[in-house]
Amino acid sequence: MIEKVVAPRAQAEPVSPLARKTPPDRISLIPTLELLLLAIFTVLPLFLPAYLTMFMTRILILSLLAISFDLVWGYAGILSFGQALFYGTAGYGVALMARDLGITSIFLVLPASLLIGLASSFLLASFLLLGRNPPTVIFVALGTLTGAYAADRLARGWYYLGGQNGIPSIPQMTFGSYTFVQGPVYYYLAFAIVLAVYLGCRFLVRSQFGLALAGIREQEVRIAFFGYKVQHLKTIVFSLAGACAGLAGGLYTFQEGFVWPNMLGVVLSTQIVLYALFGGVGTLIGAVIGVIGIEVLSYVLSDSYQQIWPIILGALLLIVIVLRPSGLISLLVSERERIGSFGLRRRSRANRR
Amino acid sequence: MALLEVRGVVKRYRELTALDGVDLTVEEDQFHGLIGPNGSGKSTLMKCIAGAEVPTAGTIRFAGHDIVRATPAERARAGLSLKFQITSVLPSLSVYDNILLALQAQNSLSSLVFSRTRAALDDQVLQMLEQFRLGDQHVDLAGTLSHGQQQWLEIAMALASQPRLLLLDEPTAGMSLEERRVTGELLQPIKHRCSLVIVEHDLDFIRDICDVLTVLDQGRVLDSGDVEHIRNSKKVQEVYLTRV
Repeated sequence: MIEKVVAPRAQAEPVSPLARKTPPDRISLIPTLELLLLAIFTVLPLFLPAYLTMFMTRILILSLLAISFDLVWGYAGILSFGQALFYGTAGYGVALMARDLGITSIFLVLPASLLIGLASSFLLASFLLLGRNPPTVIFVALGTLTGAYAADRLARGWYYLGGQNGIPSIPQMTFGSYTFVQGPVYYYLAFAIVLAVYLGCRFLVRSQFGLALAGIREQEVRIAFFGYKVQHLKTIVFSLAGACAGLAGGLYTFQEGFVWPNMLGVVLSTQIVLYALFGGVGTLIGAVIGVIGIEVLSYVLSDSYQQIWPIILGALLLIVIVLRPSGLISLLVSERERIGSFGLRRRSRANRR
Repeated sequence: MALLEVRGVVKRYRELTALDGVDLTVEEDQFHGLIGPNGSGKSTLMKCIAGAEVPTAGTIRFAGHDIVRATPAERARAGLSLKFQITSVLPSLSVYDNILLALQAQNSLSSLVFSRTRAALDDQVLQMLEQFRLGDQHVDLAGTLSHGQQQWLEIAMALASQPRLLLLDEPTAGMSLEERRVTGELLQPIKHRCSLVIVEHDLDFIRDICDVLTVLDQGRVLDSGDVEHIRNSKKVQEVYLTRV
C-alpha cells in the first residue's frame, strides 16, 4: 500500500519555553482577511465595468469550487481530484432541466444542482470511502481522478449531451417573471450564495465536528480507536463538499448559458487543487485567495504577454508551491492559527481553580 | 462471567506464527499484566483484542459478546480502549483538544456539528489534565510535550471514554525512572474504575500494579497466575534467565 502522500497535517512548531507558557492572544489574521475580502466583494461591482463584473462572478463561482476542495483536503485529508465531476454533473443536470423540461426557476434549479452534487459525491464516496478498512490517500485520489476522467469521456461521446460541443443556449434562470442575466444582479446572487456556503463551512470546521475532522486528518487510524466512525464522517464531509461543487456548477451553467465536457474533467479538477494549494489549504479563505490570485494573474498576464503567459503563470505557481507548501496564506497566518482551537480555551488558571 | 475471554487465538503472518493458541481471561476490575521476551506476541495479542489485527483463528469475547469481527470503533463503543505502543497523540492540536477529541468520540453527529457538548465537557477535560499533571500545559501543542508527558496524555485520552477495559501497550517505554514512578501513581486511582491489560518490559513496575500476570513465549502462554506464582515459576525463570 502506498502511504507516503499525507494529508496537510501541521508540523508541531518549535517554540521557546517562554512562548509555550503564553497562549496565542495576538490578533487573529484569518478573520481580518475574511472581513477585508467581504468588504471588497461587497462594493466591487460599483467600480467595475460590466465585463469585469462577469469576470468576478466567475471568480466567485470558482471560489465555491475551491472551498469544496479545501473542505475535503484541507480539513479531512481526503485528496479529491473529482470536484469537477460533481460540478459538471450538476451543471449538465440543470442544463437538461432547462433545455428539456423548461425548468428555470431559481427555487428549483439551484436546489437541484446542490442535490445532484450531493448525490453524485455520496455515490462515489460509497465506493471509495465506505469499505471496512480506511482507504489510502492515493486510492481516493486515483478513484476520484478516474471518476472525473470517465465522466468527461462519457459526456464527449454522448450525443444527447451534445458531445464535444456540450449544450449551448441554455435558457436563463428565472425568479417569477424576472430573468437573471450576466451582470451585477447575477454577481450579487453568486456572492450571497458563496457567502452563505462559506459561513456554513466555517461554522462546521470550527465546531466539535471540525475537531473530529482534524483528528481524521492528523491520525485517522488512531481516532477510530476512540470510537469515531471515521469512514462515515469522511463520507459526510465528502458529500457536503460535493453539494458545494454542485451548487457552483448550477451557478456557472446559468451564468455562462452553456455546459461542455471540460466542466467534468481532469483539467478542471487539477485546476481546483492548484487554486487551493496556491492560496493555502485548511483555512477556507486561503482557497478563495488562491482563486483570486491565479485568475487575476492569468487575466493580467494573458493581456500583457499573449504568447508566453502560461509559462510565466506556471513558473509562479511552481515557485509558490515549492517555497511555500502551505500556500500564500502562510505568509500571514501561522500554522497554529490555521489549525485553530476547538474547546473553551484561554481560560485563566485563576478561573480554573 | 469474565469481562474478556480470549480462547485459542492464532495469528499468522505468512510463514510466521505470532500467536499460537493463546488463552487469556480478564475479570472485572482486574489489572492483568502481559510479559514475555521480545517477539513473544504481546503487542500482537493487544492488537487482536483492540481490533487493529484480525486473528487467523480463535475467539475473543468481551462482556459476553464475540468481537472478533467488530471494527475498532465498535469495540471502543463497547468499552474497550487502547493506548498504542508508539505514542500517537495529535501533535499539532493543543493538549486540551487532544483530550476533548477523545472525550467527544461517542457523541452523536448532531451534537458534534452544533457543538452541544463543548461546554459540558470543558470541566471533564481540565479535570483529566489535572489528574495527569498536564493542567499547566493545556494550551500547548501536544507535539511540544516531553516524551513522558505525551505518554501520560495518551493514557488520559485512552481513559477519557471511561472504558470497561483499558489496554496499555508499554506505557513507560522511553521514560525516566522518575516518570515511571509517576506513571505507576497515575494508574493506581483507576483501579476501581476499569480493568486493565498492560504490556510492559519493566518487571518491577508491572509487579507493583498488577493482580495477575500472563507470560507469553513464542506466541504461546507459558504461565499465568498471581505475581507470587509467576515469581516462583520455574518455566518463567528459565525463559527470563536464558533469553532476556
